[in-house]
Amino acid sequence: MIYLENMSKTYPTRHGVRPIIENANMIIRPGEKIGILGRNGAGKSTMIRLISGAELPTAGRVVRTMSVSWPLAFGGAFQTSLTGLDNLRFISRIYGVDADAGIGFVEDFAELGIYLREPVSKYSAGMLARLAFAISMTVEFDCFLIDEVISVGDRRFHDKCHVELFQKRADRAMIFVSHDAGYIREHCQRAAVLSQGKLTVFEDLDEAYAVYDRTIS
Amino acid sequence: MVQGTSLIQSFRLQRRVIFALLMREVLTRYGRHNIGFLWLFVEPMTFTVGVTVIWTFLKTVHGADLPITVFALTGYSCVLLWRNMPARTIGAIEPNLALMFHRNVRIFDILFARLLLEAAGATMSFVILSFVFLGLEWMSPPEDILKIAGGWLMLTWFGFALGLLLGAVSEHSELVDKFWHPFSYFLFPLSGAVFLVDALPLEMQKVVAWIPVVHCVEMVRDGYFGSHFHAVYNMSYVAAVNLFLSIMALSQIRVIAKKVVPG
Repeated sequence: MIYLENMSKTYPTRHGVRPIIENANMIIRPGEKIGILGRNGAGKSTMIRLISGAELPTAGRVVRTMSVSWPLAFGGAFQTSLTGLDNLRFISRIYGVDADAGIGFVEDFAELGIYLREPVSKYSAGMLARLAFAISMTVEFDCFLIDEVISVGDRRFHDKCHVELFQKRADRAMIFVSHDAGYIREHCQRAAVLSQGKLTVFEDLDEAYAVYDRTIS
Repeated sequence: MVQGTSLIQSFRLQRRVIFALLMREVLTRYGRHNIGFLWLFVEPMTFTVGVTVIWTFLKTVHGADLPITVFALTGYSCVLLWRNMPARTIGAIEPNLALMFHRNVRIFDILFARLLLEAAGATMSFVILSFVFLGLEWMSPPEDILKIAGGWLMLTWFGFALGLLLGAVSEHSELVDKFWHPFSYFLFPLSGAVFLVDALPLEMQKVVAWIPVVHCVEMVRDGYFGSHFHAVYNMSYVAAVNLFLSIMALSQIRVIAKKVVPG
């Protein structure tokens, strides 16, 4: 389970302290697929970093009783001056898993060929997304946090992600953050809308969409 | 990971993360080219050897009848330790922000890994050069190794505490970065590297007694050639300063941890 309890986050700006998320409450149960909808700049990525624990809330708390992945965004969480392989080793060490066991899978999934042994800074956005996704699959989590990662990459990449996430790991919890309603409708049972700092959780997807559509227009 | 982990689990986790950061740091700093990570201590060694050679030729500074080599080795090795540790942590958070997407990578770990590497480099350089100088008979064997280790450890603690503190505060204010270089430059002649406290005028002795690194350098030298001069140091004072700096550092890290945004 993950519990968000009266979680708030503020950022300092030149024009004083700006609230990003106010008093958010949510419960994520094992195996659940939840979407968080929000416009650009609504605070979706902040939300996912707070859930992951990479960032700490200004007030309130996040309680995790299951293991939670880092935010799988395309790009972040890597040392770009290192090679893809060195990044795999680094992440394996941090999470205490055997790197050698993961190399085969990453080679296979990311299809980077010789580039796996080149600095990540040379990668294209698509290559980076493939590496990021492949490495994150080498560590087993109870809950995966997915920040628009699937929206980059080509059809083939999408299909492979689909197999890894929704078939092989169908029993895990997943939190998707997106401005793309279609993707969330396809994979989630519940959705929350983040708008003007307020997080509203809906049990019914259609209701969530109706509210989200109003925030856009 | 799951919250509510035991102390031993937390310790294991932290050790794992710091080790990962250490390996990462070795790769990004030294790469796999030419001598690779050997630069860790070859670089400080070249500094110390250079300074020793220059001081030997100038036959300047220090105020006692001692071989200049041992004076330079002890003095300059200490400078490398206290000066390079904070220099490596100032501004260290920014380039590591991407790694902070991983919940278990905390600010303390990033700073600590860098400090560990820096301290290891300076220590290896000091030890290796001691053996080299002994082998070349440029100096006599040290008189009391425990005293050397004691002074060196206290100086290392000082470097850790100051490094953690300045590393954290530099995230608040870039003034730290701007002022550390001139400050450490001016502190160098006062740090005890270029004089023996006993050889200074009494008024000056009182002034330098406020500087913690002076006490450490004196203790290291006491261990090396204590029978040749009158060493002046007070380790309780250094311990008090180090403790104060450590507490300040840890509280600053707590403050910064709430504000830092991975990216």
